[in-house]
Amino acid sequence: MVKVNVPELGEGIKTATVSYWYFKEGDNVKEKEDLVELATDKATFNLPSPCSGILKEVLYQEGDTVKIGETIAVIEE
Amino acid sequence: MGLVDYETAYEAQRQVFLQVKAGVFHSAAIACSHYPVITLGRTAREDNILAGESRLMAAGIGIYKTERGGDVTYHGPGQVTIYPVFNLQLFKKDLHWFLRQFEEALIICLRDYGISASRRSGLTGVWINNEKIASIGIAVRNWITFHGLSLNVKKNDLQGFSYIRPCGLDVEMTTMESVLGRDADIETVKKSLLLKIAGIFKINEQPFLAGAAYG
Repeated sequence: MVKVNVPELGEGIKTATVSYWYFKEGDNVKEKEDLVELATDKATFNLPSPCSGILKEVLYQEGDTVKIGETIAVIEE
Repeated sequence: MGLVDYETAYEAQRQVFLQVKAGVFHSAAIACSHYPVITLGRTAREDNILAGESRLMAAGIGIYKTERGGDVTYHGPGQVTIYPVFNLQLFKKDLHWFLRQFEEALIICLRDYGISASRRSGLTGVWINNEKIASIGIAVRNWITFHGLSLNVKKNDLQGFSYIRPCGLDVEMTTMESVLGRDADIETVKKSLLLKIAGIFKINEQPFLAGAAYG
């Protein structure tokens, strides 16, 4: 199981909003392909999948606020 | 690019993005103006489009949903719109820093015209007191930026903002011409703003401007 964590997005940025999931639970995902889009202020950030596998768990939905470093999804390799 | 439709500029961004990703360009920018169009950012609420569909159709204004940050905005021929395609890994991996750098370039550009513009805390963009003169909304993929900023230049364009609630806020928009009380030339402002951006990001101007022209 590989955890997908919210990366550092810049100085002073403590939270972001989940703005778009490219996949849903159970989907096959590929390493380096867009997995989820996060938004902060007037910027969106596309987070690629850290590995290939099955998106096992989506822990936050679109519109939810997440903290930097927090796990937002789990992928089964 | 001169006056182009939204799709043309979007496709150009996509092409330039791939080249920046491949390392052909270190950074590039597409500068243009748009035929009237309304775009929705990722966090946009559709009820921030105030005009009905028939009114927009009659005015020939299309609506595009985009993946940039922010709410709803209007683009028109009286704006300078710049799409920076920058690899932030070569600058600073910091989304808010990038937004602040563009605000700075806009403020310096306006200062050259004798316009005193500033930031407003928590409200990305550039302001003349309580009126907004420039809007920013970007997207980042692989730490490479796309989408960008618009500076309101010609006062005739203000009409277009009446179709929407800009950025989802009840704000008044203003233009360079409204503040100056005289005409301002789009092409001159465009070149000046590109030079300020190159200066802020310490990019060699000549290849950057050439890239911008060919963008």
